[in-house]
This record gives sequence, C-alpha cells and structure tokens, in this order.
Amino acid sequence: MSAPSKQLPIVDSTTPPDGTVKVADPNPSLILGAHSLCPGCGEPVALRLLMESLQDLGIVDRSIGVVGHGCYGSFVRIMDIDVLQCLHGRAPSCATGIKRVRPDSVVFTLQGDGDMVNEGLQEVLHSAARAENITCILLNNGVFGDTGGQATATTVVGQRTKTSLDGRDPAKHGYPIPVSDLVASLDGSGYVARGHVGDPGGVTRTKKMIKEALQSQLDGNGLSLVEILTMCPTGWFVPAGEGPNYQQQSMEQTYPMGVLKRPGGAD
Amino acid sequence: MTTEQTPVPSTARGGVVIDVDSCKGCELCIPVCPPNVLEMSSDRNASGYRYPILHDGCTGCTACQMVCPDYVFTVYRRPRSKKGDGQAG
Ligand SMILES: Cc1ncc(C[n+]2csc(CCOP(=O)(O)OP(=O)(O)O)c2C)c(N)n1
Ligand code: SF4
Ligand code: SF4
Ligand code: SF4
Ligand SMILES: [Mg+2]
Repeated sequence: MSAPSKQLPIVDSTTPPDGTVKVADPNPSLILGAHSLCPGCGEPVALRLLMESLQDLGIVDRSIGVVGHGCYGSFVRIMDIDVLQCLHGRAPSCATGIKRVRPDSVVFTLQGDGDMVNEGLQEVLHSAARAENITCILLNNGVFGDTGGQATATTVVGQRTKTSLDGRDPAKHGYPIPVSDLVASLDGSGYVARGHVGDPGGVTRTKKMIKEALQSQLDGNGLSLVEILTMCPTGWFVPAGEGPNYQQQSMEQTYPMGVLKRPGGAD
Repeated sequence: MTTEQTPVPSTARGGVVIDVDSCKGCELCIPVCPPNVLEMSSDRNASGYRYPILHDGCTGCTACQMVCPDYVFTVYRRPRSKKGDGQAG
C-alpha cells in the first residue's frame, strides 16, 4: 500500500477540492490561535479535545477552567473561556471554591503530572475524598516539562530524565504513583479514566472519556478525572516523531488505558 | 524532489488544506495516514520546518487532523454520490 501512493501525483492542498464538504476544522473556535509548545508535544492535542468536548456538550458559557503550572499553562492565553491560574498543584482546591460558590458552573482543572502528583497530590486526593463535583484533566508526560525534563512522581521505572540519567531506579528514586488508581479507590470519585493522544484511536477514545467525565460532573457524581498520557519528546530526549512509540514502550506499559471507574460500575 | 512538482487537482474521495506555516515539522501526521498519501516536503516553511505535502488518494478520514499538535489540517470529503460511487480514493 505504502509505496504506490507516493507514486501518485502531488495534489493541491491550498484550497478544498471541488465538490467536497468540510468534515473537520484544524481546531475548535475556542482555541484562538497558535501556541508556543514544542514540535510533537501531546498537550495541544489534549487541549483541542477538551475545548471540543465543552462545545459538543453545549456547556461553554458556564464552563470555568482552573489551570496549573507547566507547559500547558501558556494555553490560558489562547483558550476563549473563563480561566483562573492558581498556585502550583492547587487547582482542585481553587476549583472546589469556584464550584461551591457557583454550583451551576462546570468547573475543570488542567494540570500536569508535576503539578497534580508532585506539587499538589493532597489537593486532588482530598477533593476526591470530599466528592467535589469537579472534573480534573491530568496531562501526564512523566516529567516536569516546563523546567527542563526532571523526573516526577509519575516517571516510570527505567525512564531516563534529567534527574534520573540512568533511568528511574526504585532503589534510589522510589516507585511511580498511579494517581488515577488512588483517586478511583476513593468513594468520592464518580468517573476515572486514562487515555492517550499518541494515535488517532487514542485521540478518539480520549475525547469520549473527557465527555463522559464532564457528563459525570453534570450528573453530580463527585470528582471526575481523566488522565491523558501526552508525548513530551523534548523532555524524553527523543525526536518529535518518535514520541508515540516511546510512550507506548514506556509509560503505556505502566499505566494501562481505559475507564477505571464510572457511575454504576467499572468497565 | 517531489516538492518541485506542480500540484494537480485531485479526484480523490477527500482532501486536506494544509496550513503550511503553522507546521512545526514533527512528522506525527505521516505514519497515521491510512492510504499513506502524506509526505514531508524537502522545502522549509517560514519558521524553517519541513511540512507535509499531499499526494492524490486522500479519503478525508481526519486521522492527520486528529494527531496534529499544531492545528494544520482542515479536512474535506466528497459527499457520497447517488449510485455506486465506486471510486475509492
Ligand atoms: C511553587 C512552585 N514551584 C515550582 C515552580 C516551577 N515550575 C513551573 S512549571 C513546573 C513543572 C510542571 O510540570 P508539569 O505539571 O508536569 O507540566 P509539564 O510542563 O510537564 O507539562 C515547575 C516545577 C513553580 N512555578 N511554582
Ligand atoms: S517540554 Fe515537553 S511538555 Fe513542554 S512543550 Fe515541550 S514537548 Fe510539550
Ligand atoms: S484525511 Fe486521512 S487520508 Fe487524507 S491526508 Fe489526512 S490521514 Fe491521509
Ligand atoms: S503533525 Fe502537524 S505539525 Fe506535525 S508535521 Fe504534521 S502537519 Fe506538521
Ligand atoms: Mg509533566
């Protein structure tokens, strides 16, 4: 299949072909412009899915985002939605306050692994234990991407980072914390799922998870969490195009995909 | 190389508009295209990145749009014609 296609002529890709209809925009209208993240980063794909989900569910006007600190923090400049950027790791607590004061709003957090699992582990766990009716989105790349690729609490065993040059060694660095499993084990969480954005199938399934998590909030089922594995080729020291393969061989081996918990029973 | 060829109109089932200057050259779109009709250019865009060029045979499946971190692809598809449209991308 592969070789023959390349023999076919190059066709125009500056205007739509005659007689066709548009089936997909590059990004939803809630994303106002280009971002500054690295080539091959998974985080902008996750942002797109989140913004599309708010639009699909018709909840844009009552949605409020609470954004942590990491590379995704710069999305606050291009998200056409009300946002609060709060102290590192504290997003679930700020989201708690917003939701309690404005119960009709739809409140989500956008956090990285460094933010949620290192800096603010107690915030997400206590918010889940209190059954706060918020949706947390975790962009898990196993590194503090923004500060140069240091190991986090989710770095998998054997993973090479700036602070684990020979790979994460449990004897020296301890074991990774599977935060989604912890949250799922608490009675106050309603929906917990883990997806990835490394290939089209992962993208499709992850968007469904985000919508289910937001719906769980709308239904008042307590805290919902979607952990999304996002490629960080810069922090992983791999070429941009190698991100999905590397992720598949490393993080996806430790963190299995799927719905961990949903109202009325797990998967 | 390929990029110096003159683009021709496509007869395929679908098509994409490629916002060349938004591309950061990550190449994530290349392996996910089922009919394998995307190829990286030899030319570089305004930011110095190589970018995808389209060969005939796009099905409008949106796989490239789904994985692209830089929002480069708009995807189009030919509406199914009345009878046995036969022509498969
Ligand atoms: C209290 C505090 N400590 C440290 C920092 C520095 N800091 C900014 S972003 C960041 C890393 C965030 O990592 P993560 O949440 O995983 O996001 P990523 O960049 O990987 O997407 C750190 C440590 C800070 N801003 N505030
Ligand atoms: S450092 Fe990693 S997470 Fe940050 S923008 Fe670059 S690839 Fe993305
Ligand atoms: S829409 Fe599908 S077939 Fe067309 S270029 Fe993109 S991935 Fe390839
Ligand atoms: S996935 Fe997007 S940014 Fe990456 S090479 Fe393809 S068009 Fe460019
Ligand atoms: Mg991180």
